[in-house]
Amino acid sequence: MTDATASTPAAPASGRRQSISLFRQDAHTKRRNAAETRFKAYGLTAVLVGLFFLIVLFGSIISNGLPAFTRTVVELELTLTQEQYEEAESKLLKTGAYRDFFIAAFDRELEERGVEVEYDAAALERILGKIGGNLREFYTANEDRLGQPVDFELSTSSRIDGYFNGRLKREDVRDSRFLMSTDLDLADELYAAGIMKSDFNWNFITGADSGVDNPGGAGIGASVVGSFFMMIVVLVLSLPIGVAASIYLEEFAPKNRWTDLIEVNISNLAAVPSIVFGILGLAVFIQFAGLPQSAPLVGGLVLTLMTLPTIIISTRASLKSVPPSIRDAALGVGASKMQAVFHHVLPLAMPGILTGTIIGLAQALGETAPLLLIGMVGFVARGYPDGFVSGFTEANSAMPAQIYTWAARADASFYEKAWGGIIILLLFLMTMNIIAIVLRRRFERRW
Amino acid sequence: MPVLWIVLIVLALAAVGYVLGRQRALASADGNSRKLHSLPSFYGTSVAIFTMVFSFAALIVWMIVQPIVVENRVAATISPETIPEGRTIGLMMSDVRRVADGLDQAVAQGAMSADQATSIRTEFTDVRERLGQIGVALGSDVGPAVLHAAQRYRAMSATGDLAMTVVVLGLALAGFAVAYSRTHRDFRARNVVERTIRYILIFAASIAVLTTVGIVLSLIFNTIEFFRLYPAWEFFFGTTWAPSFSGRGGGSELGIVPLLWGTFYISLIALLVAVPIGLFAAIYLSEYASPKVRSIAKPMIEVLAGIPTIVYGLFALLTVGPLLLSVFGDDGLGWMQAGTAVMTAGLVMGVMLIPFVSSLSDDIINAVPQAMRDGSLGLGATHSETVRQVVLPAALPGIVGAILLAASRAIGETMIVVLGAGAAARLSLNPFEAMTTVTAKIVSQLTGDSDFGSPEALVAFALGMTLFVITLMLNILALYIVRKYREQYE
Repeated sequence: MTDATASTPAAPASGRRQSISLFRQDAHTKRRNAAETRFKAYGLTAVLVGLFFLIVLFGSIISNGLPAFTRTVVELELTLTQEQYEEAESKLLKTGAYRDFFIAAFDRELEERGVEVEYDAAALERILGKIGGNLREFYTANEDRLGQPVDFELSTSSRIDGYFNGRLKREDVRDSRFLMSTDLDLADELYAAGIMKSDFNWNFITGADSGVDNPGGAGIGASVVGSFFMMIVVLVLSLPIGVAASIYLEEFAPKNRWTDLIEVNISNLAAVPSIVFGILGLAVFIQFAGLPQSAPLVGGLVLTLMTLPTIIISTRASLKSVPPSIRDAALGVGASKMQAVFHHVLPLAMPGILTGTIIGLAQALGETAPLLLIGMVGFVARGYPDGFVSGFTEANSAMPAQIYTWAARADASFYEKAWGGIIILLLFLMTMNIIAIVLRRRFERRW
Repeated sequence: MPVLWIVLIVLALAAVGYVLGRQRALASADGNSRKLHSLPSFYGTSVAIFTMVFSFAALIVWMIVQPIVVENRVAATISPETIPEGRTIGLMMSDVRRVADGLDQAVAQGAMSADQATSIRTEFTDVRERLGQIGVALGSDVGPAVLHAAQRYRAMSATGDLAMTVVVLGLALAGFAVAYSRTHRDFRARNVVERTIRYILIFAASIAVLTTVGIVLSLIFNTIEFFRLYPAWEFFFGTTWAPSFSGRGGGSELGIVPLLWGTFYISLIALLVAVPIGLFAAIYLSEYASPKVRSIAKPMIEVLAGIPTIVYGLFALLTVGPLLLSVFGDDGLGWMQAGTAVMTAGLVMGVMLIPFVSSLSDDIINAVPQAMRDGSLGLGATHSETVRQVVLPAALPGIVGAILLAASRAIGETMIVVLGAGAAARLSLNPFEAMTTVTAKIVSQLTGDSDFGSPEALVAFALGMTLFVITLMLNILALYIVRKYREQYE
C-alpha cells in the first residue's frame, strides 16, 4: 500500500527528471531564458535608440547647417572712370546709372566668354539684389579706385543661393517680384558659364548680423566676440571665487549650521532652472544696479552665478582626491594649514579644477534662456565692439542668443544660418571638451 | 575717473606695497630673514592685502549705493505738479536717466561741450533733436522738469564719482601706510595674512548663499508687487491666460492653470520617453555590455547631455515638428495643425533627458553591492531576474530620485518649449495641439520693451516664483529620498 502510493507519484517524477536533462530545456526554463533574451534586447534597443537620436540630431545639424558656409557669387571685373563717376553722381537716379555701367560690363563679360543669354535689368536685380546701390556705395567710399579695374564679387539673393544649395526646388518657385522661374534658367546658364560660382562664405564666420531683410549677409562673428567677452567675465569671476569657496568648504569649514547652509545652497543652486537666473539678472543687475541691457558684462555675471555651483562641485571633488598624507607631510615639516593647502594641495588638484572649469565654461557658453531675459535677443549686433572695455559694456549678442534670434525670424532663409551657427557653437564646445579630456588624461594622478 | 583706472591704480599700489613691505621687513632684521617672525613674502603680502581689501570693498559698496542715493535725491526734487497726466514718478525717472546718459554721450562724442550740457535749457534748444543727432533716441519730448532733473542727476553723479575716487584711493593709501608702518621683524605677518585670507575664503563661499537670497528677494518683491495689482486668487486658479498687450488698465486674464497644465503635460511626455530608454540603457550598459561597448556607448549617449538646449529647440522647431506634421498633420491622420505642439516639445525634451536618467541610474546601479548579485545568481536566478528582483529594488530609491531630478529639469526647461511647443495657452488633452508652459511665458512677458510696473510684466516674476518653488521642492524631495534609503546597502 505504502509502496503503491509511493510509486505512483514516483513514476511521473522519474519521467520528468529525464526531461530536465542539462542538455534539453523544459518549458519553464525556456520561458525564463526567453525572458532573459527579451530583457537584454530591450536594453540593447534602448542604447541603440539613444545612439540613433544622437545620429539623427547630428545628421540634421550638418545637413541643414553646411549650406550656410557656402554662398553663390557673381564675379565681374569692372572699371569705372572718373568721368563716368561724375556723370553718374550728377544724375537724378544715381543708382540707375551705376546699374547701367554694371550691365554694360556684364554684357562684355558674356561676350568674352561667348555666352548668349537673354536677360533684362530687372531679372539681374532679382538675382543680384541692388546692384547700383552696392556699386555706388563702394565707389563713394573708395574714390581712389576709380579708373582702375576692380574685381567685384556680388553675392546673389538668398533665393538664388537657396536654389543652388538645394533649399529651393524649381517646382516650388512661384513667379513673384522676388523671383521668376525664368531667372533660374538665367542663373543656371551663368553658373554653367562660370560667371556665377559657389565659394566659401567667410562673411558668415567673420561678419556681423544683418537686418531682417538680408539673410545672405548675416554672420555670426560679432556674436562670437560677444560670447568671448562673456566667457572672460565668467572665467575671471567664477574660477577664483569657485576655488576659494571650495577650499574653504573642503579644508577649513568647521561643522556648523552656516557650513551646512552653504552646502545645501550650492547643491540646490546647481538644480535651479536657468531661466530663474535670468530673472535674477534682470531684477538685480539691470533693474536694481542699473547696468546696461544686452551687455556681455551682465550676461557674464549671470552665467557666473550659474557656473559657480558646477565649478565648486568639481573643485571639491578634486581637492578631496588629494590624499591626506600630502597635507600631513606639509604640516609635519612646519607649514601652516594655509601653506599646506596653497603650496601643496592646490597645485596637485589643479588639473581636476581646470577640467571642471572648462566644462563649466562650455555649459555657460551654450546657455540661452537667461540671455533672453537680459535683452540679448532681438538685438541686431551690427558690428564689432570698438575696444576692449566697450566689449564688456556695449550691447552685443552671444552665439546662442544669435541662433535664437535667427530661428525666431520669419524668413526661412535664416534657419539655414541658425543651423550653421549651431555648427560653429558645437565646434567651440567640442574643442573645449577635448581640451578638458586631454588635460584630465595627461595630468590626472591616481593616488 | 573711470572705475577701471581706479582698479589699476590700487593694483599697482598693492604691487609696490608688496615689494616695499618685504624690503622693510628684511631691513628691520638686518637682511637676515631668520630673525623675522614670518617669511619675508608674508610681510609684503600683508601690505598688499591691506592696500586692496578695504579700498575694493569701499568701491563695490559705493558703486551699489551711489545710484540709489542719487536717484532718491533727484526724485525728491521733482515736484508732483510737474509730472504730466498719466505718468508716474518711476517713468519720469527713467526719462531723466536716459536724458542724462544722452548728455554724457554727447559730451563724450564732442557734440556738446561740458558747459553746454549743464546749461542748456529746453526753452532754447530742442534737446531731443540734439541727442537724436548723436544716436540717442528718446521716446518723447524733453520737458524742462526732466531736463533740469537730468542735469542735477549728472551733477550729483559727477560729485559722487569724484568722492568715490577720493575715498577709494584714500583708503588704499591709508591701508598701505598702516600696514607698512607696522612692518617690523616682530610683527606677526603670517597670522594676519592667513586670517585675512580665511575671511576672503568665507566670503567666497557665502556667495552661493547670497545668490539664493538674491533670487528669492528679487522674486518675492516683484511677486508681492504683482499681487497688489492682480488678485492672487485669480492668478492661481484662473483658467484663462490672455494678457492684453495694448495698454494697461486691466483686461488681462492671467491664470496660471493652463500654463501649469502645459508644463506638466510636456514634462510627462518627456519623462515617458526618457525614463524607459534611459533606464534600460543604464541597465544594459552596467549589467550586460562588455567593457569595450560600454566605453564607447556611454560617452556617446552622454554627448546628448552636453548639447546646448538651443540646439534641441531648433531640432524641435525645424526637424521634429515638420516630421510629426507630415505623419499626424492634415496630409496624414489630421490630428495636428502645426509643427509646434506638446508632442514635438515633449519628444525632443525626452531625448535631452535620456543621458540625464541613464547616467544617474548607471551610477546608482553600479553602487549596488556585487555580493547581492552574486547571491541571486548563485541561487539560480537568470541575469534578468537578478536585475529585476534584486538590483532594481535595491537601486529603486536612487532611481526615483533620478527621475524626480529629471522631472525638475523638464519643468524648468526653456528653450525647447519656447521654440517647439507653441505660444497658445490651452487646457486640452490632445498632445498634438500647441500649448505653452510657465518658462515660455516668462520669456515672452519679459522680452521686448515692457514696462516693469505693469501686471503683464510683473506676472513673469510670479511665474518664476512658482517655478522656483516647484523645482526646489522636487529637488529637495529627490535628495531626501536618495539620502533616506541609500544607507541601507552601505
